[in-house]
Amino acid sequence: MKLASISNKHLLLFSILLFSGFLTACSQGKSRVEQGNINGILHIANGTEPETLDPHISTGVPENNIGMSLFEGLVSAHPETLEPIPGVAESWEISEDGKTYTFYIRKNAKWSDGTSMTAEDYVWSWERASSPIMGNEYAYMLFIIKNAEAWGTGQLDDFSEVGVKALDTHTLQVELENPAPYFLNLLNHHSLYAVPKHVVLAHGAMTDQYTQWGRPGNMVGNGPFVLTEWKIYHQIRVEKNPHYWDAANVKLNGVVFYPVENYSTEERMFRAGQVHKTYEIPLDKVPHYRENEPDKFVNNAYLGTYYYQFNVSRPPFDDARVRRAFALTIDRDTIASEVMHGVVDPSYSLVPPGVGGYYPPKLIDYDPEEAKRLLAEAGYPNGEGFPPVDLLYNTNESHRKIAVAIQQMWNKKLNVSVGLVNQEWKVYLDSRNRLDYDIARAGWIGDYVDPMNFLDLGLSTNGNNRSGYVVPEYDEMIMQTIPGAKTPEERNELFYQAETRIMTDLPFAPIYTYKTKYLLHPSVKNLHKNYLNYYYYKYIELGE
Amino acid sequence: MAKFIFFRVLQAIPVLLVVITLTFFLVRFAPGGPFDGEKSVAPVVKAALEAQYNLDQPLIQQYFSYLGDLLQGDLGPTFKYPGRSVNELIATGFPVTAELGFYAICVALVIGGTAGVIAALKPNSTQDYVSMSAAMIGICMPTFLLGPVLVLIFGIWLEWLPVSGWGDLPGDKILPSVTLGAMYAAYVARLSRGGMLEVLSQDYIRTARAKGLPNYVVVLKHGLRGGIMPVIAYLGPAFAGILSGSFVIETVFQIHGLGRFYVQAAFNRDYTLILGCTVFLAGLIILFNLLSDILAAYLNPRLRAEVEGKS
Amino acid sequence: MITDSLKDFEAGNSLWQDAWVRLKKNRLAMFGLVVLIVIGLACIFVPWLTPYGYEQQNLALGASGPSMQHWMGTDTLGRDVLTRVLYGGRVSIAVGLIATGVALLIGVTYGAVAGYVGGRTDAIMMRLVDIIYALPFMIFIVLLMVVFGRSLFLLFLAIGLFEWLTMARIVRSQVQSLKQLEFVEAAKSIGLPEHIIIWRHIIPNAIGPVIVYTTLTIPNVMLLEAFLSFLGLGIQPPQSSWGLLISGGVETMEEYPWLLIFPGLALSLVLFSLNFLGDGLRDALDVRASKD
Repeated sequence: MKLASISNKHLLLFSILLFSGFLTACSQGKSRVEQGNINGILHIANGTEPETLDPHISTGVPENNIGMSLFEGLVSAHPETLEPIPGVAESWEISEDGKTYTFYIRKNAKWSDGTSMTAEDYVWSWERASSPIMGNEYAYMLFIIKNAEAWGTGQLDDFSEVGVKALDTHTLQVELENPAPYFLNLLNHHSLYAVPKHVVLAHGAMTDQYTQWGRPGNMVGNGPFVLTEWKIYHQIRVEKNPHYWDAANVKLNGVVFYPVENYSTEERMFRAGQVHKTYEIPLDKVPHYRENEPDKFVNNAYLGTYYYQFNVSRPPFDDARVRRAFALTIDRDTIASEVMHGVVDPSYSLVPPGVGGYYPPKLIDYDPEEAKRLLAEAGYPNGEGFPPVDLLYNTNESHRKIAVAIQQMWNKKLNVSVGLVNQEWKVYLDSRNRLDYDIARAGWIGDYVDPMNFLDLGLSTNGNNRSGYVVPEYDEMIMQTIPGAKTPEERNELFYQAETRIMTDLPFAPIYTYKTKYLLHPSVKNLHKNYLNYYYYKYIELGE
Repeated sequence: MAKFIFFRVLQAIPVLLVVITLTFFLVRFAPGGPFDGEKSVAPVVKAALEAQYNLDQPLIQQYFSYLGDLLQGDLGPTFKYPGRSVNELIATGFPVTAELGFYAICVALVIGGTAGVIAALKPNSTQDYVSMSAAMIGICMPTFLLGPVLVLIFGIWLEWLPVSGWGDLPGDKILPSVTLGAMYAAYVARLSRGGMLEVLSQDYIRTARAKGLPNYVVVLKHGLRGGIMPVIAYLGPAFAGILSGSFVIETVFQIHGLGRFYVQAAFNRDYTLILGCTVFLAGLIILFNLLSDILAAYLNPRLRAEVEGKS
Repeated sequence: MITDSLKDFEAGNSLWQDAWVRLKKNRLAMFGLVVLIVIGLACIFVPWLTPYGYEQQNLALGASGPSMQHWMGTDTLGRDVLTRVLYGGRVSIAVGLIATGVALLIGVTYGAVAGYVGGRTDAIMMRLVDIIYALPFMIFIVLLMVVFGRSLFLLFLAIGLFEWLTMARIVRSQVQSLKQLEFVEAAKSIGLPEHIIIWRHIIPNAIGPVIVYTTLTIPNVMLLEAFLSFLGLGIQPPQSSWGLLISGGVETMEEYPWLLIFPGLALSLVLFSLNFLGDGLRDALDVRASKD
């Protein structure tokens, strides 16, 4: 007994010593956010680790969030309205027929190593961005330029036939295939950024993906900030670029981006004062922040539609009445308000309302009675004889919740048997591509603000269609009729007709319109909100 | 001894070959490729990407050129992070994971060892039950539960420790090490308790006590030594297990270690990165098993004689 | 000779009785046994225990704390947590039992054959075990689940495929020492076929360590399933498991703590119980600790 008590005491003492050692290690001073406010450094949790910062390779939102600080478009955009404003080009002219654009690059536009920017930089960069051997997934963004599609798909070998010319060092002329009112917006997209020819070529060939030019120390951009540190899976630091033409108006000294995949982790980081801004917020934290700390919660319209798509190529969803019955049985208000805690808006159309002054028709609503009637008409009175079908979604908490809720609506109201199939991301993509599903969850985030970017999802040739929806008249509307529109009003009218058609056929059943949701420290001023969720860091200021 | 080591190293070669071959062909069977994404990729673009990474060659040719590169120590480029090599990623991620693993083992030894010794002093008493229960917390709770709960308590409510990071803020290495270490504390406790019990029942301990040595001297001098033996044999496999099992901790605590690289690679279908991590970890496991065998052999005279007799 | 071996069996029986007496003295192990029986029964009889279906939603109610109607509260879709915990327990426990069963079947057979046949066959068979031991096990499980998609069957197989190794080693060494004993020699001399000798005489006598190891493997497997659920590679909804419930509950532990506490408690209790029972059995059956 004595033996036990003695060594017990020793061990206890030892444990206490150890524990107090832990605690002395944690006398923290100012939090990172407080320190950042003093030094003018913004700390941002930024989703997954960026794959690359090369604007002609990158595809993701986290990459774009960083790219926005390192590059600037030929034409920039107003941080709130996204109206075109001068960027690298200080002015531009558009020809009568709306097909030829002439840009005047500002004389003081410089790369971050001090070299002047030229019109030739853009010609070279766009050759790179659209080259068939580059492997740029966004190459199609340039296909609005004359002959670019032929060049980009390898049918044309000579880039000089593509409609982009340097008239002199500071004048760039672009010729389009068709008039496109959204072309100026497009110039603000990363696939049309210029990259420094002299730096890229110093580290490899024009179209190499495996090069070192995108590393800190090598990387040269033309944005308000310049890359100074990149520790993979750890942090990326950008600092103010003294050569930026508008450097005098850049308020921040730098931004640090942290790759955080886990939403709960970043929410904890935010609470502990480690970051000014999160990438997302866990859905179930929303009610708390909205009620108790509304000054930290941002919930803003975002150009995207969340929808379910039906596999039109096989029964039972080859029947438009069945699709309509299912679409009418989704109680979108309940999904938006109860399941999603009101952070999204219910959606009744493929195009989010208000895009480029366009307002879509409302052709579906929650109507289970009509749905039952349609299902009976299609040969399944009260769901009898309806084959068991599956709803496919990829692994994600909120997709799962929505799927479970909608499954119940269908099974209860229509008396059918819908099962759930949950697949890991790449497997899910594969199943969708092979049309190996009945109903699948899908979402589309616009690349630029134009209804076309949503309505062309229904094109039979669009790789993002993935529903087996093939309707030649619809293809013709999108490919021929709409591009021929003379005025914006006429164009919107044609969009209305196209959307009426696709919302009658219903290969896609819209569920909600996306909204961004994230946490933002009140000390961050002038982080403007816009439809594309683009962040213009040059305007941001850090206060108290 | 040298011969023993030589043969063990020789044995590792077919093992590694099996690992490589299995992984290489397994990942290629997975649905979806490295370049599939939410937005569909145009066929031209996909072809260009595959050409850039030599994925357009016949599979068997890719396999042999991979083996060829591997012999020169080159694990290839990653597909997901253009411009980076797998070697570079492992070189960045591994030291972090190894450091985390090392601290975790220390925590496991302290908590588990303490608990095991206390328990062995009075088997089947409340003292035994309480200390063993405490040591077992780590294997009775998934780490993705224990981690966030500890963060909530020490990081958010008490504000004593940072909630995430590794080497960024003072004290941020404590919670991850404790969480991971807790998982192994139970095994250590079990082994040291068993070892102690066995030693304390031996004749020479009785002799020592009979000689009138104070009890705690007996326990600390003789008992502990016996209790530690099985633990040491366990260290090799434990360290290897920690290395490949650290990804939950790295995700929860936002640590830039190999585990996160690996899991992301598996989801991204980053073939070369998956292969590289697998080969590297298999090599490490073999190495650690060997080291722990050698160490155990040296600490245990009977085993040593056996091993040396063989050579 | 044959009567001698019969005596051995009788001695074996009283050995079991001794072990049971010793086990009964270990209060923690007994506590574990009782907990396991209670939770096991609750999971089996859940359809008669609660008035709710485990998919039954009440979107208007949403997440609500424990009440008279819902003893463990409801989740964000308004589903009864008690019902879900018990149904989840069915899956978690089944995964633990079946995967361990797979491991048991492969490991015992393999180990017994290797140990009994001995010689070159034994050497080759054990080399194979060494090779599989060197595979980065977690990584392979993740890879398997990613590659072949998620199915319960695969989960069992994948886990069983790795867990049998230690079992094989234990059984082999037991068999090696047993086969030299008299009663086995006797059985051989009267010409019993080998598979009968292995199954009737050797395995029953090697069973102590196997039971202990089995009890300690089940919690490992259940943790592994939870871990896979955390990565999104485990059980498929609408089926649920404790791992899935917990990884969901962790996200909302401050807002709706009951979504974490109850499934967490259930899993931890079962794991604690199994571990205590295993340790208790080890002491009671006097199995040497040095086999991990």
